[in-house]
Amino acid sequence: MDRLLTLPPVPSPADGTHPLQPRIDARAAAALMTADGVSNLSRRGFLGFGAGALVLGALLPAMPARAQAASATASAAAVKPGSRVPAFLVIGRDNGVTLLSPFVEGGQGISTGMAQIVGEELDVDPRRFTVECAPPGPDYAVINGLRMTGGSFSTRSSYPLMRRLGATARDMMIRAAAATMAVEPQSLSTEDGFVVHAASGRRLSYGELAPAALALPPRDDVALRDPAVFRYIRQPMARLDVRAKSTGKAVYAIDQKLDGMLYAAVQHAPNQGTEPTAIANKAEAAAMPGVHSVHTLPGAVAVAADSWWRARKAVEALSVSWSAPAATGLDTVAADYASDGLLAALKASTEAGIPAETAGDAATAVAGAAKVIEAEYQAPYLAHGQLEPPSSMARFNPDGTLELWAPNQMPELFQSVAAQAAGLSPDKVILHSPMLGGFFGRHFLYGSSNPFLQAIQLAKATGRPVKVLWSREEEFRMDALRPLSYTRFRAAIGADGRPTAIQARTVGEGPLGRWFGAVFKDPVDSSAVEGITEKPYAIPNRAMEYVKVPHPVTIAFWRSVGHSMNDFFYEGFLDEIADAGGQDPYALRMELLKDKPRHRKLLETVATMSGGWKRGPYEVDGTRRARGISMASPFGSETATIAEVSVRNGETQVHTVWVAFDPGSIVNPAIVRSQVESAVALGLSATLFEELVYKDGVRQSHNFDDYPILSRSSMPTVHVEIVESGAPMGGVGEPGLPGVPPAVVNAVAALTGRRIRSLPLAKTRIEV
Amino acid sequence: MTTIHVNGRAYQVAVDADTPLLWVLRDTLGLTGTKYGCGIAQCGACTVMIDGTATRSCQVPVESVGSADIRTIDAIEEDPVGRRVVDAWVAAQVPQCGYCQSGQVMAATALLKQTPKPTDTDIADAMTNLCRCGTYNRIAAAIRQAAG
Repeated sequence: MDRLLTLPPVPSPADGTHPLQPRIDARAAAALMTADGVSNLSRRGFLGFGAGALVLGALLPAMPARAQAASATASAAAVKPGSRVPAFLVIGRDNGVTLLSPFVEGGQGISTGMAQIVGEELDVDPRRFTVECAPPGPDYAVINGLRMTGGSFSTRSSYPLMRRLGATARDMMIRAAAATMAVEPQSLSTEDGFVVHAASGRRLSYGELAPAALALPPRDDVALRDPAVFRYIRQPMARLDVRAKSTGKAVYAIDQKLDGMLYAAVQHAPNQGTEPTAIANKAEAAAMPGVHSVHTLPGAVAVAADSWWRARKAVEALSVSWSAPAATGLDTVAADYASDGLLAALKASTEAGIPAETAGDAATAVAGAAKVIEAEYQAPYLAHGQLEPPSSMARFNPDGTLELWAPNQMPELFQSVAAQAAGLSPDKVILHSPMLGGFFGRHFLYGSSNPFLQAIQLAKATGRPVKVLWSREEEFRMDALRPLSYTRFRAAIGADGRPTAIQARTVGEGPLGRWFGAVFKDPVDSSAVEGITEKPYAIPNRAMEYVKVPHPVTIAFWRSVGHSMNDFFYEGFLDEIADAGGQDPYALRMELLKDKPRHRKLLETVATMSGGWKRGPYEVDGTRRARGISMASPFGSETATIAEVSVRNGETQVHTVWVAFDPGSIVNPAIVRSQVESAVALGLSATLFEELVYKDGVRQSHNFDDYPILSRSSMPTVHVEIVESGAPMGGVGEPGLPGVPPAVVNAVAALTGRRIRSLPLAKTRIEV
Repeated sequence: MTTIHVNGRAYQVAVDADTPLLWVLRDTLGLTGTKYGCGIAQCGACTVMIDGTATRSCQVPVESVGSADIRTIDAIEEDPVGRRVVDAWVAAQVPQCGYCQSGQVMAATALLKQTPKPTDTDIADAMTNLCRCGTYNRIAAAIRQAAG
C-alpha cells in the first residue's frame, strides 16, 4: 500500500521540488482505479478483471484516461494542493472556524487530528473547530498529488502541508489586521483566534478579519511554530465528535433524507455476475402498499417505495429469474466456485514466481543446510462488517446538476464515475462525503460493491430523489472481500540453530493490483506480498516470490491489507524456525535484529510491558496459559506484540494483548492509543472467528449470525505503549492489527505444541 | 393509525402493522439516532428502552408496542441516568466510528437504571451489543464510572 507514496512521478505542469507538491492532478485520481460496474462494460470488466486500461477505456472512451482527466480540469492543473487557504478555512463573524478537511472521518479521529494540526499553527483552539469533509476539488489532493482516506496515509502525508496551511492563514490574519490598525505586522501577535496589538491593547477577531485576510495573496515562506512550544499537537485532546456520537446526533449517510425522496431496496443476483432475466410477479409487487415502482438494474432488481421497510418487503417478495452462471472455471464466480477450490488452485500453481525480494543465494543455502523446514499458511476471505450498511442518495436538481450523498474514501474518483454514469461532466456532480459508520477499507470504489450507481439509475428512472439502502444480507452478498491468501515457506537452519535462508512463494492477488492496475505496472503486487517482504530480520539468503492468480470475486482493501494475513504467515513460520533450531522465539528475534536498534527497543518495550518475556506454559488461577510474540512493519510504523492465551472447551481464550507501537512521531496520543486498541480487536476477530466461505458459487454467510465477529465476551485486556523513535511519521489506523494473529497463534503453539497455519482458529478444535 | 409513545410524546403514525419499531422511529418520526445494523437483533445498534428494558427495535413490530413508554437515544440527555452515561462515554472517549454507540448507550442506561451498581458479570451479561471498532473495554470502563 505504501507504494502509493512512491509512485513514479507523473509529468505535471505543477510538478515542483517540494515532496508534497502535486505529481498527479487531483481529478486524475480517476485514472488510478479501475471502475467496473458501469453498464457497458464487458463481463470480465464487470467482474473487475480487465486490464485497467481496458476498463478505463470503457469509462472514459474518447481519449487516454489521464489526458481526459487533465483536460477536464485544465484550470485545476495550476492549483497547488493545500495552498489556497479559503478552500480549507471558513471563519465566521462569530469567530467559529470550519475546516474543510481532505479526509473523511470514519472513526479514526482524523477530523480531530486535522483540527489540532491546523489549530496549532493558526492559533485557534482545536476545540472550537468544526471539521467537515471537503467537496471534490484539486485543492485537497494532499497525498502525493492524490486524495484518498486510506492506507493509514492521512496524517503522515499531510502533516507538513496542513501545518503550513494554518501558519499561512495566521500570517494573512496578521497582515489584514496590520492594514486595518495601520501598524507594522511585526508589532502584532495572535491569541486563540484574535490578532493582538500589545502596545495599544487593540484586538481584532479572526472572524472580523477573515473577509479581508482570506483575499490576500498567501506568502509561501511563513515560519512554522517551534515544536518545543506546541500546545495542541502531541496532546491527548478529546475528539470533537464524541458527544454527538454518544447521543445519536452524529449524521451518517444512512440518516440523510431529502424532500420528496423515495426509498429503494435491492435484491442482488445470487451468483455475482449474473443478470435478472424476468420478474414473474412484477405487477403484484408493484401493487403492494406504498410501492412506487419495480426496476431491473445491472446484476440486481430494485423496488422504490414510500418507506424503506415497504421497499424491502416488496423487493424480497419478487420472484426473479437470473441468467445462469458459468458452469465451472476460475475466471467468473461460476456455479461450482468454492473457496476450497481456489485455495487448491493456489496450492497447485506451478507457474514460475516473480522475485518480490531477493538477497544472497537461498537455493544454495537450502541445499547445503543442516536442517530444512517447510510449511504452508493460508487465510480466508473476510468481510468488512462495518456496522453501517451501505447507502447512497441521489437527486437530479433543476439546474442540471446531480447531487450525490455517498460513503466514499476517494471523492474525486466517485464524482468522476458518477458523472460518467449520469452522462454529465464532473463539475455537474455535487458529491457529499458523509461521516462513515466504520469503513476499514470498505468504501473505496469496488465496481458493483458500491450502491451509488444504483441510486443514480433509480433517481433517473423515477424522476425523484432516491435513497438506496442495502440490507445487511445484501451487504454480505456484495461486500468486496479481503482476498483469500496462501504462502508456502521453506527455511534453512544452520548447525547453530539459526536460519541461514528463507524462501516464500505467495500465490494469489492483491487489491492494489486489481484496483490501481491502471498505474501499477509492477508485476509484483505489493499488497499481496507486504509482510512477507521487507521484514527486518537478518536472514542473509532470501528468495520471496509472487505468482499472480486472479480471484473471480471482488477483492478489497481491508484494514492493514496484505499485512492482515502476511505477517501472520511470516511470524508464525519464524516461530517454527525458532522451534526447529531449538531457539526461544524472543531471543531469536533479538538476535536477528542485532543491528536494528529501533526494532530491538520495541521488543524490549513489549517484554517489559508484559512483566518480562516468558513463553510458558505456566499456571494462572489453575489454568495453563502461554504467550506468543510477533513483530510487524506496516505502513511506515513498527509494532511488537505479545498475546497471552489459554484454551477452554477447545477454544482459544485471549486474556491480554500488549502492543509496543512506534509510528515515529504522533499528533494525538489518545487517538493513537484508541486506534491500536481497535486494530487489536479487529485483528483478534479475524484470528478467532472470521471466514467468508464460497460454496457452489455463492457466499455462505448472510448476516452476523452466521458470520460471527468479536463480541465483548472475547475482548482481551489491551495495553498499548507508544514509542516515538523520531523516525519519519508512519501510519496509525492499521498498523496495530498485523501483529495480533501471529502473537495469538504463536501463543497457542507454545501452550499446546500445535502449530495452526490456517485461520480462523474457530474452525480447529484445540486441545491443551 | 397507530399511536406510540416516544420520549414522552404521543405520535400518530400511519404505517403497516408489521413495520419494525426501528423503521417507524427512523423513517416516519425522523428519529435517526437509533441505528439499523443487522435487522435480526444480533448487533444491538437499534437498541431502545421499552418500559425501561433495553430492546432491539428491529425485531419489534410496531403493532406490539401498544402504550408502552419508548425511550430513544435522541432524548437520552433528558434522563438523569442517561445523562450520566453520556458524560462517562465522553470522559472515557468511547466512540470511534460511533455507529453502534447509540445502542450501547441505551443498553448501558437500561442496565444502570435496573442495577445501579453493576458487577463485571452484570456488565458482561447486559452489554452484548457488537462494536466493530472494538471499544468494548472503554464501554465497560465508562459504565463503571457512570455507576460511581
